[in-house]
Amino acid sequence: MVKLNILLALILITSALGVVTSQHKARSLFAALESEHETARQLDVKWGQLQLEQSTLAMHGRIEQIARTKLNMKAPSESRVQIVTAAHPVDAGENSAGERMP
Amino acid sequence: MTHYSASNITMSAWRSRILLAMLLIGLLGLVGRAAYLQGMKNDFLRQEGESRYSRIVETSVNRGMITDRHGEVLAISTPVASVCANPREMDASNEQLENLAALLEMDVTEIQKRIADKRRGFVYLKRRVLPESADDIANMNLPGVFLKNEYQRFYPAKEMAAHVLGLTDIDDQGQEGVEREWQEKLASGLGKRRVIRDRKGRIVEDVEKIQALRQGQDLILSLDSGIQHLAHSGLKHAVEAHKAEAGSIVVLDAQTGEVLALSNLPVYNPNRRATINDANRRNRALVDTFEPGSTLKPFAIAVAMEVGQVSPDTIVQTAPGTFKVGRATIRDVKDKGKLSVAQVIQESSNIGTAKIALSLPAQTLWEIFSRSGFGVPAGIGFPGEAKGELRPYSTWRPIEQATMSYGHGISVSLLQLARAYTLFTTGGELKPVSLLKKNVPVMGQQVISRSTALAMSNMLELVTQPGGTAPLAQVNGYRVAGKTGTAHKLINGRYAEDRYISSFVGYAPVSSPRLIIAVMLDEPSAGQYFGGAVAAPVFNKVMTGALRMLNVPHDAPANNIVRFPATLEVEVGG
Repeated sequence: MVKLNILLALILITSALGVVTSQHKARSLFAALESEHETARQLDVKWGQLQLEQSTLAMHGRIEQIARTKLNMKAPSESRVQIVTAAHPVDAGENSAGERMP
Repeated sequence: MTHYSASNITMSAWRSRILLAMLLIGLLGLVGRAAYLQGMKNDFLRQEGESRYSRIVETSVNRGMITDRHGEVLAISTPVASVCANPREMDASNEQLENLAALLEMDVTEIQKRIADKRRGFVYLKRRVLPESADDIANMNLPGVFLKNEYQRFYPAKEMAAHVLGLTDIDDQGQEGVEREWQEKLASGLGKRRVIRDRKGRIVEDVEKIQALRQGQDLILSLDSGIQHLAHSGLKHAVEAHKAEAGSIVVLDAQTGEVLALSNLPVYNPNRRATINDANRRNRALVDTFEPGSTLKPFAIAVAMEVGQVSPDTIVQTAPGTFKVGRATIRDVKDKGKLSVAQVIQESSNIGTAKIALSLPAQTLWEIFSRSGFGVPAGIGFPGEAKGELRPYSTWRPIEQATMSYGHGISVSLLQLARAYTLFTTGGELKPVSLLKKNVPVMGQQVISRSTALAMSNMLELVTQPGGTAPLAQVNGYRVAGKTGTAHKLINGRYAEDRYISSFVGYAPVSSPRLIIAVMLDEPSAGQYFGGAVAAPVFNKVMTGALRMLNVPHDAPANNIVRFPATLEVEVGG
């Protein structure tokens, strides 16, 4: 009877320690998860800012202005445009357009 | 020397009794206290205990993004910090306050005023500060001053798409435009949960979710920011060159009715709210109506063809350039003599159109207008969308029936007008308009037969050909069809003699239409005012650029442009 009690007490102590350790492990893992979540949030914010920056820099008006003023580019005038019809139509759209040519 | 053994020492019995009694009293006191705390104050203490380690944490996400059809960002929220204070906890020296004021770019007295009321637990010192100054303020570690994370909405396209997108207020609620209409979808909600923190402040356990985080969804519009830019800059150029009061432009996909571009002037920059006023916040193309003038003629004539009243070759006598209906007189710019129906459209003859319209029952004419979408909102799902005025035919007098056929006595919004032209680009169908990107073919409602639509399309093409009113609308390498409109402006119920609304609605390529562009300029006052001279060049510029951008196959040889003087047109209201 005494032996059994001692055995049970030992099991009790082991499982109690087990609970404590696993609780501790769970908490530290959870903390790690939380900090990863936080990193994800920060990256998300950063992504948003980069998107904003990209769209501001790539705005059509800005590109047009740089092309015109800094690079001295311009759209070709009508007289300098040649329209080439595909000899071997690649798709239906071009084909039908080709046929409709007056 | 006397020795006493220990047993010989006797103490009086009362001393031990007193000791015992005191111990018992002490014990009783403890038991009583324990019972009191455990029993009666249990809840309160448990709560206090929990509050030492459990916290409610709020998480927020940004409002959904708005992008154009290719995913280019048109509106995006990014976190910024607002500086707040708790006046009760504030305890800053004057020097510290001055530093704070410098960082906030505010007056010290202003800050002092805000924190003067010690009864309040929360005031904003400044909302939405730059991230750098927010960091500096956090580093100052002033008691009672803290930062609150908020989101600010940015519009990279600035004024270009301002009217379509609309605005959000400072609390991220949509106030106008798309932001307001799709508020439910875009809005994000604060998430709240209870967590347990350890002594280092790390979250170690999730206890319960109090409020689920609501992620704002992204919205993909039908707009094409390339075309939107072309349209906006083309319109801006024309409004400035012709000293117009205002102007609008709408670009529709000719097959699906999607709005590819929509712009109005004057406009504001949504990133600078101070620039907003009543005049520049109106989305004129949607909420304002105007008498469209000649751009409505194709509908009256199409229905006459539909019922078999006329064919494109039918001859109409327009001599002597005036035509009396009741007591009123309808005029053409000059005596055009005998015209075919095609020429009535091409040269924009009021008399020709009125005569054809008067040969029809009023109900027939009303039906074509109504079924073309006039008099009802275009259904784009926009706050304050105009429906225009189309009175019931039973109240029409003959002169009204005549003037309505050429666009007077009826009012429409520019979007309705552009939409109505889908009749001629889709073989007779009226397509629904949409601001959201469509991924499936859109079903329309058949209004006129395919053959009528094609015949009308051929006549509208003549408008840009020699003898027509819009030579400047021609596009290199493409066949273009359209109709000009020049109408006296209606001011206080009377037609102003020298103020006009000039418009042009057209589409290209005629063989397989891709785009409809409607342009309207209000009161051009730099000399020219004919739709063909003022609005058609805008159409040309935007159409040329947009067709190239979309890589639309050519349906005409290069250098197909014919130079000729425009046939003049002007309508005089009845």
